[in-house]
Amino acid sequence: MNFLIISILLGIIILAMAGIAIIQKNIVVAIIAAGALSLFASILYLLLAAPDVAMTEAAIGSGLSTIIFFYVLNRIRTTDERNEE
Amino acid sequence: MEYVALITGFLVIMAGLWAIMTQKNIIRIIIGFSIFDTGLHIVMVALAYVKGRTAPILDNMVSVEEALNKIVDPVPQALVLTAIVIGLGVTALMLAFAMKMHKEKKTLDVRNFKDLKW
Amino acid sequence: MRNFFIIIIIAAFGIMLYPLFDSFSGNEELSELASFYAQKENVEKVNSANLVTAVVVTYRGLDTMGEVTILFLTAAIIAFFLKKQSDVRSLRENTEIFTTAAKLLIPIIIMLGVYIFINGHLSPGGGFQGGAVIASAIILILLAFPNKPFNHKFFGYMESVSGLVFVGLAALGGLIGLGYLDNAILPLGTFGELMSAGAIPVIYSFVGLKVGAELSNILNGFQSVQSDS
Repeated sequence: MNFLIISILLGIIILAMAGIAIIQKNIVVAIIAAGALSLFASILYLLLAAPDVAMTEAAIGSGLSTIIFFYVLNRIRTTDERNEE
Repeated sequence: MEYVALITGFLVIMAGLWAIMTQKNIIRIIIGFSIFDTGLHIVMVALAYVKGRTAPILDNMVSVEEALNKIVDPVPQALVLTAIVIGLGVTALMLAFAMKMHKEKKTLDVRNFKDLKW
Repeated sequence: MRNFFIIIIIAAFGIMLYPLFDSFSGNEELSELASFYAQKENVEKVNSANLVTAVVVTYRGLDTMGEVTILFLTAAIIAFFLKKQSDVRSLRENTEIFTTAAKLLIPIIIMLGVYIFINGHLSPGGGFQGGAVIASAIILILLAFPNKPFNHKFFGYMESVSGLVFVGLAALGGLIGLGYLDNAILPLGTFGELMSAGAIPVIYSFVGLKVGAELSNILNGFQSVQSDS
């Protein structure tokens, strides 16, 4: 019963994060929201008795892919600045 | 609980599809693809869940004899495990392409890429 | 108008997904394949406490090999795309606090990754998770010391040697064991101990090293095109 309430809460948070990632104008906030979606999804995997998948998702989905997005964003920003000069 | 996870997964898949189809910025489209990925993984793990059972790891709590009645399905979990790692590789590849395209056209708007349009 | 059509498409997709949800009634028992894997005699044949690891490395080992190949291909393509970097890079130096903390934390994180993939057959974890943790230690190195040269040669050799050992052990299972990727080429040992499950810990350790090296190569490819101004 407790697990049911926790999973409903997690589902609402996951959907809210997906909404923020799509609607938000600021792209940095959108990337952070996509990473947070992965993090909450990994808690949901833990409730669904899949600790292996939860570990992978927490390390890769919210760690490495977020950092790759930020690297690309930084590169694009510096290229834009150089073009303006 | 598995029903909640299944509904969440389907709605996240549809949210990702919406992002892929409506966004104009390439980086946002790639975010949509990664959201779509996460939704698919949630659906697959929810399909593997068996009511009231525990993780497929045999230790003091789950002995080898009673494993058949106490663990959830390990096969979809193994598939999702590899799918997440491939997902990172594909996301990184798409981002590298996006960087290359931005270098060529100086913009990230998909409406400006008309090279193959007829 | 365009958004209207997209709403119709997504609604159609949702209607398509609804029967999947409607016919799902919650599993009460394992599927046929999973109960084959969980049977006592089959568990004792593989002797791995973590059944997910047994499925990934032995039963579906060929999938893992294909997956590692895909990861290698993406790493190679990304390195090919991001290689040429002629313009001057100017990266900021980090503060003393960050570099000192990074020096302290990096060995611990790498140790944690190695622990995760060596114990992959006993506890949750394994090569992919351990490789991802090692790659996050590498990203800490890249963030803390951005001007230090990255040792491509070491990671290249580590990746190729791990891949060769993985394929070699798999083929050895075909030669002296029951089939390709058979884990009984090494002694099976006692159930639940570190030195058990035959070749599974060895193969998964090399998969972990390979995944860690490949993810580090991808991250270094993206880091090598950065500049702060």
